[in-house]
Amino acid sequence: MSKSNFTRRGVIKTGALGAGALALPQYLRADGHAGFTNAPGDSEVVLGFNVPQTGPYADEGADELRAYELAVEHLNGGGDGGMLNTFSSKVLDGTGILGREVKYVTGDTQTKSDAARASARSMIEKDGAIMITGGSSSGVAVAVQALCQEAGVIFMAGLTHSNDTTGKDRKANGFRHFFNSYMTGAALAPVLAAQYGTDRKAYHLTADYNWGYTTEEAIRASTEAIGWETVNSVKTPLTQTDFSSYVAPVLNSGADVLVLNHYGGNMINSLTSAVQFGLREAQANGQNFEIVVPLYSRLMARGAGANVKGIFGSTNWHWSLQDEGSQAFVRSFGTKYGFPPSQAAHTTYVQTLLYADAVTRAGSFAPCAVAEALEDYEFDGLGNGKTLYRGSDHQCFKDVLVVKGKENPESEFDLLEVVEVTPVDQVMYSPDHPQMGGADASLGECNNGA
Amino acid sequence: MTDQTTQPSVTSPARASKGGMFGLSSKDTTLLLVVFAMVVLAPFILNPFPEGSGLAQFNAGYPDLMQRFVIFGIFAIGFNILFGLTGYLSFGHAAFLGVGSYAAMWSMKLFTLNVIPGILFAVIVAGLFAAAVGFISLRRSGIYFSILTLAFAQMSYALAYSVLTPLTGGETGLQIKNTDNPILSNIPEGEIGRANLFGAQMGNSYEMAVGNWLFTFNLGYYIAAAFMLVAFYLSIRIFRSPFGMMLRAVKSNQQRMNYTGLTPKTYTLYAFIISGMYAGLAGGLMVAMDTQVGPERMFWTASGEVVIMTILGGAGTLIGPVLGAGSIKYMENILSKINKDVLHQWFAFLPDGLEDAVVVFADIFVGKQWHFTLGIVFMLVVIFLPGGLVEGAQRITARFSRKKSSNNTPAE
Repeated sequence: MSKSNFTRRGVIKTGALGAGALALPQYLRADGHAGFTNAPGDSEVVLGFNVPQTGPYADEGADELRAYELAVEHLNGGGDGGMLNTFSSKVLDGTGILGREVKYVTGDTQTKSDAARASARSMIEKDGAIMITGGSSSGVAVAVQALCQEAGVIFMAGLTHSNDTTGKDRKANGFRHFFNSYMTGAALAPVLAAQYGTDRKAYHLTADYNWGYTTEEAIRASTEAIGWETVNSVKTPLTQTDFSSYVAPVLNSGADVLVLNHYGGNMINSLTSAVQFGLREAQANGQNFEIVVPLYSRLMARGAGANVKGIFGSTNWHWSLQDEGSQAFVRSFGTKYGFPPSQAAHTTYVQTLLYADAVTRAGSFAPCAVAEALEDYEFDGLGNGKTLYRGSDHQCFKDVLVVKGKENPESEFDLLEVVEVTPVDQVMYSPDHPQMGGADASLGECNNGA
Repeated sequence: MTDQTTQPSVTSPARASKGGMFGLSSKDTTLLLVVFAMVVLAPFILNPFPEGSGLAQFNAGYPDLMQRFVIFGIFAIGFNILFGLTGYLSFGHAAFLGVGSYAAMWSMKLFTLNVIPGILFAVIVAGLFAAAVGFISLRRSGIYFSILTLAFAQMSYALAYSVLTPLTGGETGLQIKNTDNPILSNIPEGEIGRANLFGAQMGNSYEMAVGNWLFTFNLGYYIAAAFMLVAFYLSIRIFRSPFGMMLRAVKSNQQRMNYTGLTPKTYTLYAFIISGMYAGLAGGLMVAMDTQVGPERMFWTASGEVVIMTILGGAGTLIGPVLGAGSIKYMENILSKINKDVLHQWFAFLPDGLEDAVVVFADIFVGKQWHFTLGIVFMLVVIFLPGGLVEGAQRITARFSRKKSSNNTPAE
């Protein structure tokens, strides 16, 4: 179609460039490595801390980063050692990991899976990170976990509560210490039955995305098992800030409990709106109207202020716990930063320690060796009591805290009180549970990478 | 009414003057060759600092970022065909990127793990979607057009995020799973398939060590780069074609066009579709390089980003969008990773008090504050270099060359 104007000069120019391009591979050398991606040198090892530094979960991300820095300090022998002193495994001695000094790189996930993967890939490809950890949303966790599986590095999930992370999207190279929607449901239901009775009608407002769905499913299943009835369930857009139109119909729906499957800013706004509509004082079906928030965080409680008083929910960890491990962690975190850590900080700190411990016990940084050391590993002294890292889905099983908003908070951090510690046996489930992806879900093969 | 519309994409070689290749004028040929050389040698150009030195933080020559440079380059080149030539500011272009990504993903999940069919499928689906959106949105111009495209994009985002979860995977998005078994690829039971080009995986890289320098040559990058060069070439041909002239006419005076008996809407619609297909190509390549897609790829901020890329580089210029895309992705990936720790290492030679002060000051511009730096750069460019980075480059060349001949030609 087009006339090609071959000139002598043009052909020579193109030819030279083409030849140059073709000749390139001759200079290439095969990558010298130890059989797995980013094998560390003799003096230092690099970890990648991938947390949201901008966007809706930036507060959680900042707290996670503080915890990571603290963990690195403790691993390298600085500070007071924190939970290293209370951890049931004693192989970590403050000389880094396997004698290598721990270095770290940070990145911003922006709570977007694309940005999170870009940042994780740059850590793996450019900075030579041997392990990626962090994140404050399940979408990001699932995306980065799959990336780490593909690249052949270990992923230690941060704050992610959706069932899918260790359910239908579980991966052999990914591990989660945080609890999940199923556990929340299983832990909350008995407490709710004891507090509010078994003859209740629930109305769900559910954030319209993956975490909302799995949480609603879990809460419905466990509350219906104790005799509650689900009257209605309405999905709310994630970007919604004014929930009055969603809360208004609740009172006349015949329900007497409102379950808010919301997290972060969503929960703050919907709860505030529910309280403003007078739901707390309302009566329905001859009983007091009640509100339940399945997943609590201190940052959310702070945002919602006095509205959280007396409202039940669950949490992974709380700084007011009195066991040795929690106290040691709160002490060193408080000394360094001047305020108590959040549950996001706790889970990321623990994950870093668990990784370092698994590497040391395995005697190798190779992801498959580390994974083997973590699988079915039982430990204690990290703030949640006796804990099991189950091998079949890489989920931690531990006691779950049921909390409620404190009536008389003493400080801006003292907003929740632990009502009950649900023992781990009550929140146990089989790896092929229908809420966890059923029989189809599998970890696949662990990947050491190149 | 008119039959002008039957041959809108004529790329006539008539204007090609002597001395060039590929049917381009010699000036355009030089530009194409420069871009070609830069793209091929990118692993060297982007890794100027030796490994382990303090400045290695600024190296950008690793596969993921290089792939992003060319992919977003394609996205911006396509956007520029619409915005730079016709002046129609689409504020929802990320929708086509996302639709292309989902299309490529499904092609890989169901059909074959080879990237080529996936990418073609992405271009086609994005083109069809752009035709539908364009047909409706182009009934209006100016701010109304922008708002309509924005509305469509946000609609697509909301649908992908929740309502269409079975198709899009909702918030968690889509990935290739071990349960996926594309009909044309033989994957052993339980294994996770990987995107490939006739068996060669996108992640394959060769590393070349020269002294302390380490250069990475990644297969995926060179595949994306090849697409980018073709896309760039086509964009030059479109800019120089009679069709491109018509698009400029739309920008300068639509009424006059109408009076001449030409229908501007047909031309803008074609430009909209072409630019949507470019976005689809970029989306397909993103999935090919990194087999994952999530709905936030279609969020309005992603649409805004391509507008900023184009304006930052120079709207209406050929190379500008590519430069803009590169600058933004560089800041997003390099600046955002500089944390206080790194700063302390850099300024360790200063006395303690001064070091802390310098670090606190520098920290305002890096790490999580990279958006702030981007904002400042964008403002400076818009205020002092309305023609974008390209205008900056031209001013510099003009200062150093004695010829003052090209001052009156538009930036191209």
